[in-house]
Amino acid sequence: MKNSFISFNRLMAILAKEFIQMRRDRATFAMMVALPVMQLLMFGFAINTDPRHLPTALMDRDHSAISRSVVRALENSTYLDIIYHPESNQEAEQLMAAGKINFLVEIPSNLAANVGAGHPAQILVLAEASDPSAASGALASIQNLIDGAIRREMQGVLSSRAARASPIKVVVHRRYNPAGTTAYNIVPGLLGIILAMTMSLMTAVALTRETERGTMENLLAMPTRPIEVMLGKILPYLLIGYIQTLVVLVAAAFVFEVPMNGSYLLLFAVTTIYIIVNLIIGFVFSTLASSQLQAMQMTFFMLLPQILLSGFMFPFRGMPGWAQFIGEGLPATHFMRLMRGIMLKGAKTSDLMADIWPLGLMMVVLSILALMRYRQTLD
Amino acid sequence: MVSLIAKPENLSEPAVIEVTGLTKIYGTKTVVDQFDLTVPKGSIYGFLGPNGSGKTTTIRMVCGLLVANAGQGRVLGYDVRRQSAQIRQRVGYMTQKFSLWEDLTIAENLDFVARMFQVPDHRKRVKETLNELGLSERANQLAGSLSGGWKQRLALSACMIHDPDLLLLDEPTAGVDPKARREFWQTIHELSDRGITTLVSTHYMDEAVQCDYITYIAYGKKLLDCRSDEIAERVGLFTWRISGKGLKQLAKQLENMPGVEQVARFGTALHASGRDSAALAASVAQLTDGTNMVAQQRESGLEEAFIHLMSGAEDNFE
Repeated sequence: MKNSFISFNRLMAILAKEFIQMRRDRATFAMMVALPVMQLLMFGFAINTDPRHLPTALMDRDHSAISRSVVRALENSTYLDIIYHPESNQEAEQLMAAGKINFLVEIPSNLAANVGAGHPAQILVLAEASDPSAASGALASIQNLIDGAIRREMQGVLSSRAARASPIKVVVHRRYNPAGTTAYNIVPGLLGIILAMTMSLMTAVALTRETERGTMENLLAMPTRPIEVMLGKILPYLLIGYIQTLVVLVAAAFVFEVPMNGSYLLLFAVTTIYIIVNLIIGFVFSTLASSQLQAMQMTFFMLLPQILLSGFMFPFRGMPGWAQFIGEGLPATHFMRLMRGIMLKGAKTSDLMADIWPLGLMMVVLSILALMRYRQTLD
Repeated sequence: MVSLIAKPENLSEPAVIEVTGLTKIYGTKTVVDQFDLTVPKGSIYGFLGPNGSGKTTTIRMVCGLLVANAGQGRVLGYDVRRQSAQIRQRVGYMTQKFSLWEDLTIAENLDFVARMFQVPDHRKRVKETLNELGLSERANQLAGSLSGGWKQRLALSACMIHDPDLLLLDEPTAGVDPKARREFWQTIHELSDRGITTLVSTHYMDEAVQCDYITYIAYGKKLLDCRSDEIAERVGLFTWRISGKGLKQLAKQLENMPGVEQVARFGTALHASGRDSAALAASVAQLTDGTNMVAQQRESGLEEAFIHLMSGAEDNFE
């Protein structure tokens, strides 16, 4: 009998067993292959830290040759897409609070007159700076764009003036986060990620654990309805979700000093919807997965785009259309906008409807899906 | 030969289970094929057959955990395919594998089950059950820490907590020591006296004897269904009991003799059985005459009958 330090045969036996088991678990294997592909797509194509084509509103009160030239220069820039022409300041404010625009460019009525007279002229740029990094590239480019436009416009008699310092000064107001504090943007968003991660994980293992432990048969043999099982499995974690929210909000207020400009009631309401959406996502996973491991992998699979494509880590507007389309389908995207809207912008329910109804719709559709997927028999 | 499947008797009361043609197909494999079952009220119905023969699948179809591909009938008066919710409410189903929650205590498990079945005054009922079980002292112990025998007893108590009219027990005594098994069957008989019907699957012959009726299933098909005391007669088996020295040698010789269909060892004796009475007697006489071995004919028991049935059906895996 050999008694060596390591037995090659035994090692080979273990290797063979592991390979067999790996091959049997198709879902895990598929995810191991799909995950790097997904990451490559998201990091390689979707993410862009220098976002372009940011939605912009323009108010041209001057309507002069110079103002039109400035507008043309801005339109030609890849940084800004001028898609709104609000009539009043109030309308412009609403667009920004609802998150429909990142910039408001306001050209005063005396622009041409001031430039012609050689007086200092100003253009006001209001930037939605709740995400400081999203605005910085565009802001840096605006002064250059306008200087270039002016230079072309002031040929001939005015060329001597154009040679001097820029006749039009761009005044930038950073709204919602004037100091550009990153934490203001990250902390409300982080709540969305924390809840997405923990809530769906908890319910994802809820049914698969019963199946793995063999208790599912007993549960099914009892006279109970799917809705009872779903609510019974979901509601305890709603409480956990509230506790997590409280912890994050307390830290946001006292450690990171994130302002809270909106309604606590509204915040409570949208958080409740969001937590329920995530819990139901987990429940749907647990009706699809055949083991706890698979359910956890599905949760992770779902979490990755929620972090990368929701606007949490990288500017949402910076992503290509297809990635934004996917992003719009993720609950975290809407929740982050809602949280930033409520906490930083003090937005009201009416401003936020565009992000509230998708979450509500997800809650309803996913609930129906979960109840349809839940099997009352062992078939 | 007498039919192995008895016609349902004229029952004064409606049968608790009355299903016909139950069929379950997985993919291309027919696990249960055209299964008929009539279980009279208050009876103990034994469900026998090799591993994988379709016992568990049939029990699950009866209680609505699996939907039959074909077949119809009534369980406790409810339609077996459409009214499984009502059936579940009045059935106590004990799964083959322990399926209570190991991370709940004994009391918590019983409490949960009682509340799921909406047992009135469930606290009192749980207390009573704990007392009957003799587990009051250990009520707060996790169910997962119980020994195999205690787990089975807990599971049986749990499935009876809502006073069901029908018990479906899937190999309830597997891995349970003889004393616990005896007590278990005592309980089943008491319940039977109170009019509660039991359908129980088992591998043990001594348990089959305890049943009023027995049905034998192999490859998803019913081979036998009759009162347990009629089985030997229905199988039509004759048996000789041979004792003495040199049985090992004799067993080998007997196996190849005409009329001997099976030879089985029972303690210190050999039982040789066959359906051809004369040929069997001649073969036994030929080998034992003039030796110090004693051969006597005796009535065939359940054991011989089942060994005979099983010799035609090994474990049904394929």
